[in-house]
Amino acid sequence: MNSVFVYIEIEDGQVAEVSMELLTKGRALATELKVKLEAIAIGYKLDGIEKDIFPYGVDVLHIADDKRLAPYSTLPHTSIVVKLFQEEKPQIALMGASSVGRDLGPRVSSALHSGLTADCTSLVIGDHEDKKQNKEYTNLLYQIRPAFGGNIIATIINPDCRPQMATVREGVMKKEILDPKYKGTINKLDVSKYTSDVDFVVEMIERHMEKSKINIKGAGIIVAGGYGVGSKENFNLLFELAEVLGGEVGASRAAVDSGYVEHGRQIGQTGTTVRPKLYIACGISGQIQHRAGMEESAQIIAINTDPEAPINSIADYVITGDVAEILPKMIKYYKANTK
Amino acid sequence: MKGYKIIVLAKQVPDTRNVGKDAMKADGTVNRAALPAIFNPEDLNALEQALRIKDQFPGTTITVLTMGPGRAAEIIREGLFRGADDGILLTDRAFAGSDTLATSYAIGQTLKKYGNFDIIIAGRQAIDGDTAQVGPQVAEKLGIPQITYAEEIQAIEKGKVTVKRRLERGVEVVKCPMPLVVTVNSSAPDCRARNAKLIMKYKHAKTISEMQEANDDYLHLYSDRPYLTIKEWTVQNIEVDMNELGLTGSPTKVKKVENVVLQSKGAKVITSSDEDMDQLMRELIENHTIG
Repeated sequence: MNSVFVYIEIEDGQVAEVSMELLTKGRALATELKVKLEAIAIGYKLDGIEKDIFPYGVDVLHIADDKRLAPYSTLPHTSIVVKLFQEEKPQIALMGASSVGRDLGPRVSSALHSGLTADCTSLVIGDHEDKKQNKEYTNLLYQIRPAFGGNIIATIINPDCRPQMATVREGVMKKEILDPKYKGTINKLDVSKYTSDVDFVVEMIERHMEKSKINIKGAGIIVAGGYGVGSKENFNLLFELAEVLGGEVGASRAAVDSGYVEHGRQIGQTGTTVRPKLYIACGISGQIQHRAGMEESAQIIAINTDPEAPINSIADYVITGDVAEILPKMIKYYKANTK
Repeated sequence: MKGYKIIVLAKQVPDTRNVGKDAMKADGTVNRAALPAIFNPEDLNALEQALRIKDQFPGTTITVLTMGPGRAAEIIREGLFRGADDGILLTDRAFAGSDTLATSYAIGQTLKKYGNFDIIIAGRQAIDGDTAQVGPQVAEKLGIPQITYAEEIQAIEKGKVTVKRRLERGVEVVKCPMPLVVTVNSSAPDCRARNAKLIMKYKHAKTISEMQEANDDYLHLYSDRPYLTIKEWTVQNIEVDMNELGLTGSPTKVKKVENVVLQSKGAKVITSSDEDMDQLMRELIENHTIG
């Protein structure tokens, strides 16, 4: 039976967080389908990388190791993945919805004529009946994502083309080691057979990567602001509250698009997914794309002038009022009660 | 100096910030007629990059290519008002229901037919789908390299383009031979405003279909001033396998669309009074959420 494949993203010689999350999801899908989980790692000096990959339940790890394959570059990685998929014919292929996966995924899907769904928030196995053509499909991958201004959740399927490809953002799936002693097999690829000279026409002139300074993903408390915060200045109140509580500041896409805060703070389907123990949503209406990135927070406080704001329906506490009035009071009474 | 031939791929998109109840049709596809239509924001960033090349290399020509219904000619005019030289509207009922792959096929076949390009520049992604797939898929269809997440096209020399990329966690500068596809981020400079002289020059620019509906008084304009005719191409103008177009040519299908129904968790509703605020902070400290 055809396997489930995960493309392993390598950052500074390490397996990227999103790839471990996808391996965990890939293992669950493979187990349900009763097939193997396979992975492909492409880079340089990958000796020993399997130690970080097999524990997620990977049965076969394909490795392409060559000096020219790191850092990531579109054309050689595409050639390797496309040729490998043509040989192995996976039924499902998952990639991170990162600047690597969103560059590679569409190129691979175009070469293989297979469907690709971007930024999925949920992946499940299900059946499908095409009434027009009177055809039945079993065990398809349902690729579920919010779409279109947040009013809808779409379930996308690829009935006839393989692999069924999907990208998922970091933080959406949970990573979990299946068995620290899990042993798979390694298949080392002969890079010269999978690439050609024309794949290396793009030269890297400069590269500066930095660890994100903003750590909203790891924060236990997040004070997030939306368009309703009203200005860059008003966001200072959020930073004050976050500092007092020992948390981080996040934002909705509308606040980021308005220039109130930098993109690295965006929470939601096209930003970061977070699960803090406390999420304080300030002036955020709560479109589905935003909720997709925070609804698993343990406790949610919604502060909004609109008593009907969608965010209120997932909140534990609803405070109807003005952020500029409420946040200073929260700071004041937090300090008063912790003395 | 010889300039460059640039194609800007642009999309007219529904303004997803203003979505109403009738935004979706029963079959799960988007009811575009019910929504205000705008020039996709990152495609404007792409146009600006093209205009900067034109500023630097006189003789450069910019063609705006868009696929969509007849009214998408609006964004070609918008491009002309800002400094593009001409446009192609790719429009046909056969394209209806296309996913990103079927769209890329149609655009790829159009570009193969049109030929004559050095650099294809597009926005990274469109706000109605946020997929960021069409740029790379077009590059693959044409068999040329792609540089995604571009923030600045820094230089063009000796047949190679130097591009600064803004990634999630850093910056890269890469050099790539032409022809290539570049997709541009919103972190790139905003597009310049419309130019008053160009508005005067192009305000009557129309596609054939628009001319046929227009007032006869202006029809003489189009034979005197060929630049006022916006190319309108259908499947007749390009070589296509009809099975690769529209819904039939789309590997992805929409199985189901659910409206989001919110059920309240039964939140505690509190006021902004000092008593309520005091009580809230006490509660959160007591249950160890904070403090």
